[in-house]
Amino acid sequence: MSDPLVKVRGLKIGATVYPPGEKPHDIEIVHGVDFDLQKGKVLGLIGESGAGKSTIGLATMAYGRGGVEITGGEVWVNGRDILKTGLRDVRRLRGSEVTYVSQSAAASFNPAKKIMEQVTEAAIRHNKFNRKEAEARAVELFAKLGLPEPETIGNRYPHQVSGGQLQRCMTALALCPEPDLVVFDEPTTALDVTTQIDVLAAIKEAIRDTGVAALYITHDLAVVAQVSDHIMVLRMGDMVEYGTTDQIINSPQEEYTQALVSVRSIKHIEKDPTPEPVLSVRNITARYPGTHFDVLHDVTVDLHPGQTLAVVGESGSGKSTLARVITGLLPPSDGTIDFAGRTLSAGLGGRSREDLRELQMIYQMADTAMNPRQTVGTIIGRPLEFYFGLRGREKQKRIQELLDEIELGEGFQDRYPAELSGGQKQRVCIARALAAKPKMIICDEVTSALDPLVADGILKLLLDLQKIEDVAYLFITHDLATVRAIADSIAVMYQGKVQRYGSKTEVLSPPFDDYTDLLLSSVPEMKLGWLEEVIAHRKMESAGN
Amino acid sequence: MKNIPPAALIGLFFTGLYFLMALFAPLLAPYGMAEIVGGVWEPSSSQFLLGTDSIGRDLLSRMIYGGRTTIFIATMGTILSFVTGSILGFLAAVSGGWVDQLLSRFVDLLMSIPTLIFALVVLSVMPVTIPVLILVMGLLDSTRVYRLARAVAVDIAVMDFVEAARLRGEKTAWIIFREILPNALSPLVAEMGLRFIFMVLFVSTLSFLGLGVQPPEADWGGIVKENKEGIVYGIPAALLPAFAIATLAISVNLVADWVLNRTTSLKGGRG
Repeated sequence: MSDPLVKVRGLKIGATVYPPGEKPHDIEIVHGVDFDLQKGKVLGLIGESGAGKSTIGLATMAYGRGGVEITGGEVWVNGRDILKTGLRDVRRLRGSEVTYVSQSAAASFNPAKKIMEQVTEAAIRHNKFNRKEAEARAVELFAKLGLPEPETIGNRYPHQVSGGQLQRCMTALALCPEPDLVVFDEPTTALDVTTQIDVLAAIKEAIRDTGVAALYITHDLAVVAQVSDHIMVLRMGDMVEYGTTDQIINSPQEEYTQALVSVRSIKHIEKDPTPEPVLSVRNITARYPGTHFDVLHDVTVDLHPGQTLAVVGESGSGKSTLARVITGLLPPSDGTIDFAGRTLSAGLGGRSREDLRELQMIYQMADTAMNPRQTVGTIIGRPLEFYFGLRGREKQKRIQELLDEIELGEGFQDRYPAELSGGQKQRVCIARALAAKPKMIICDEVTSALDPLVADGILKLLLDLQKIEDVAYLFITHDLATVRAIADSIAVMYQGKVQRYGSKTEVLSPPFDDYTDLLLSSVPEMKLGWLEEVIAHRKMESAGN
Repeated sequence: MKNIPPAALIGLFFTGLYFLMALFAPLLAPYGMAEIVGGVWEPSSSQFLLGTDSIGRDLLSRMIYGGRTTIFIATMGTILSFVTGSILGFLAAVSGGWVDQLLSRFVDLLMSIPTLIFALVVLSVMPVTIPVLILVMGLLDSTRVYRLARAVAVDIAVMDFVEAARLRGEKTAWIIFREILPNALSPLVAEMGLRFIFMVLFVSTLSFLGLGVQPPEADWGGIVKENKEGIVYGIPAALLPAFAIATLAISVNLVADWVLNRTTSLKGGRG
């Protein structure tokens, strides 16, 4: 076999951490990783946050982001160790031999420059092409990536194309200087599921046609299975398993990999609807003040006590707006909301303390949902004090009970949110909602910001708590795997309307309407060749393209 | 309180020194504040460490008593401006709508008039006493604090935890004092150091113009005014207050910087 394009040996990466109340100190975040990558092959790096996958990806450009430093090992690219060749050579390498596609194209493009200028910049600066050749190549790449009007799309500004298109422009940017290696850092994670699939297909085709090698970094094993030849599973800066995609997906050896492959192991059998729904949303139409179009049109759904209604849809479908209307933050222009046998006032100001107590909410970003200057004890204790007038020892006892319920033990009361992990933060938010003894909790994308295994734990906890506390959930999500795991009934939303509504089995059984079909078929499945299968059978274009 | 950087230590030392001096002025000053003890503009000697002023009073005693007056007025003015400015700023940010519009436009109106001229007009029709001085300076300066407090609070007011508090049914006072204030403290503290120094300069300016602290009461601006003729004859008496203001300004801001650094990052301070 010929020499590999990239040869990484014993790569060690360190960073300085600033823990609260302690002196800053250095830690090692990648502990000696080895891998080879042949020309024209794709290696998937997979792991949860903190696994070191992005850090390793950037190390192939001899770069450490934000205080991160490469402390040891060798990174050979095109036959030289780029950690030793000095800055001049590294500068030649970046954007020429190795290029990078980041997670958020919207944050990476300069909003003040046209797309063409940015796509061709690296190729021109590195004297690979003159402007004319570079632009011709960019147009060719735009066409290859399936962008509309490839001849002229380069004349637009980044805000004039959709998110999925911009991500493809960024892929064009990375491929333009004819690099040997492209580092894809979660290129589809920020996209809607129906958009992701097109971008994924475009990236895969572009990689195949240009014969470039790629590192594909993601936390989603089903996604990486579609594009890569080999997969390396990482955890806390160590390699867990390395193998061909087929081997990792179909016969994982390590326990951790098996857990990743079999994630969403929850089996939840739907319950039958009760005669009296706890929440009944009737013909709600709503718009934001100062705008001239309705975000919700005539939405009608029911939620039964102790059950879960999943509201599914892509960004912009109006699912979070529905939550705002139910909580009273956005009074609807038409329609009523009945809750626990009474009609709720449209605005927050008209609701009684009892209304507020019985209807709680959990947010997507646990970070911003908790006051960073309050301890866990204060955060959970406040609803107890506010709604039930608990004080002193009684309050402490109840806080500890709640902490036990969310599976956090002693000693968490005095911690600040910054001292908790992502999953723990979300658990504290759940405890805060439960403290009010609500009849219903609105869960707004509560697992979207979490790693799959952690999210799984949160979902299990929510289901267990539902059994104990008999609380109903209105579960807003874009993730169909989550819906399958926990819902009793489902409302599929599209452009502010309820597209399909019914019990879980009804909604998820054919015949489907076109949009539900698109949505369901777009969820990546953990098998080889899934992507090609779906693309071949699609009936409807996704809205994000 | 361990690991205080040297810059902050210097700042703490001098700030503390000035404030202690202000606090214990009657014990520290060798002579009375308005006592005439020597000749005109005597040079420094073992009897008069900093010499005497334009009518023969001991300059060191004048400086100590003057510091007491200046620092007292500036401190009270700063407290007043921060209390009114930040509470109104937070209120505007939390309430939004017409409350915000009304307060903000009123503040714009006040800020459109140069502060010094506004103060001169008000003080020339009102009796110039120390409480009036504090009130006028504090309220005029609170417009600046209002601007900052509102800007900071608007960012915090859109966070989910504030929405969660609203959904819980919390009153505006809780949202302002328990949810927003703790998160807005660091920029406000940093601003406080700066505004305190502006207050010192402001009261000194007013006194220099004759509309601030009235003689025979000593204050730093007044000392400059009383001794300004001496500069022509090479007598440094008028420069002493300038030196005092400069050192106070630097040391207070060294402390403010340190406090800011300690509290800035929500994930734990650095340095």
